[in-house]
Amino acid sequence: MRTDPLFQPVISEVRTTRTVSLTFNDQPLNVPAGMSVAAALLMSGIIRFRATPVSESPRAPYCMMGVCFECLVDIDGVPNRQSCLIEVAEGMRIRSQEGARDLIYQPMNVRAVEVQS
Amino acid sequence: MSQDRHSVVQSDVIVIGGGLVGTAVAYGLARSGVAAVVLDQGDDAFRASRGNFGLVWVQGKGHDLPDYARWTRSSANRWPAFAQALMADSGVDVQLKQPGGFHPCFSDEELLERQSRLQTLQTLQDALGDYPFEMLDAAEVKARLPLIGPAVIGASYTTQDGHVNPLKLLRALHASAQVKGARLHGGVQVDRIDCAPGEFRVKAGQRCFVAPRIVLAAGLGNAALARQVGLYAPVAPNRGQVLISERVRPFLDYPTLNVRQTDEGTVQLGDSMEEVGFDDGTSTEVLAAIAKRGVSTFPLLRDVRLVRAWGALRVLSPDGFPIYQQSSAHPGAFVVTCHSGVTLAAAHALRIAPWIMGGAPLDELEVFTGDRFLTDKVFSHAH
Repeated sequence: MRTDPLFQPVISEVRTTRTVSLTFNDQPLNVPAGMSVAAALLMSGIIRFRATPVSESPRAPYCMMGVCFECLVDIDGVPNRQSCLIEVAEGMRIRSQEGARDLIYQPMNVRAVEVQS
Repeated sequence: MSQDRHSVVQSDVIVIGGGLVGTAVAYGLARSGVAAVVLDQGDDAFRASRGNFGLVWVQGKGHDLPDYARWTRSSANRWPAFAQALMADSGVDVQLKQPGGFHPCFSDEELLERQSRLQTLQTLQDALGDYPFEMLDAAEVKARLPLIGPAVIGASYTTQDGHVNPLKLLRALHASAQVKGARLHGGVQVDRIDCAPGEFRVKAGQRCFVAPRIVLAAGLGNAALARQVGLYAPVAPNRGQVLISERVRPFLDYPTLNVRQTDEGTVQLGDSMEEVGFDDGTSTEVLAAIAKRGVSTFPLLRDVRLVRAWGALRVLSPDGFPIYQQSSAHPGAFVVTCHSGVTLAAAHALRIAPWIMGGAPLDELEVFTGDRFLTDKVFSHAH
């Protein structure tokens, strides 16, 4: 879901015109290089980052400094990453974190965890 | 500001300690219409009730003291009804699950030690009644816990074991006790207890609490408080460290001694014991050992992200068993202290509370007086 972004970059603070392209839930986005994934998604109008494990209610970043764990997303197949602490990179595939991570069943392209040892 | 800051608060019973033990006793008292006042210390208290592992654990307890095995089982048996009562009074589901629990073993020595402990218990049929347990080899463990690691060569399993969410339990006890009429006072630092015949006066700053009965349930604080009412409760801290993971989908249907998954998906790892005095910090070596043992138990935890770690102080008597005693010098003063505040919560609410109000003395508690430590004997706890 996209709406008008709640957050806009402060123009005087933008030090780069370089952008990177990435996707959020398969939706292509162009965002300024050098910023955090959380900031990039917020300025792109994304307001639902994840669903909580217990009540499945929607969440977006809260503290933006690595404390609250509200900004969790799946980045390149690795679940539950704190998007406020990770810098955007070209080609990143980001997905909303839907509930709790599943340790048993994981996508094919992710490093497999051996469970049948 | 509370209104009673400069006044005297009267009640039937004063309970010192707002943790799992104190609030369980207060809940039991309040349920039978007794006016109970609970005095809780500040957030700088050690608060074992907020750092524990949440097991309702029977397995192996009391192999060297059948009375303790019996007492533990009597509480575990009462837990389902107790959880329902808490739910009815507070609306909090403490997430009690008693599917049986596993104690994983990683060496032949561990396995033999488990076997002998449990066998000892099983032979005490007279004291304990039936004591069901199973020793499982690696294949049998794997059949019940498919995700178990190859380093686990066997396990003991006892059907009565279970777990709760211990933070929800503390909240449920606080809420239930108050719904039933208990009055909780937070941030109370007890300065002293004055004893007079039929009356105890607790002084805390400008505040004063008066009642004909008093229950010391202050955890590690009991050592100093007990002396003031003619009781002996030489409890000392024993540190356990705990690791907490990110939330993951349910993968583990049973509690184990060192790894369990909460109702909300968190994995809790721990089983360390350290004698480090009043230091509730953490250390890298111990946390690393806990993590390593956890991953050996369930290899799929290898990549799980850890989000928190803490240390908490167990409240241990010299032999590891609880202390329950009424003061003979000052009748009406009781000490109630133990390490297993979760497991024993049901017994504290449903059996200790009536005893405090003058019910028949519980024969099975005679061995748990604090006076047993008034000897030259050297004790060791077997936890």
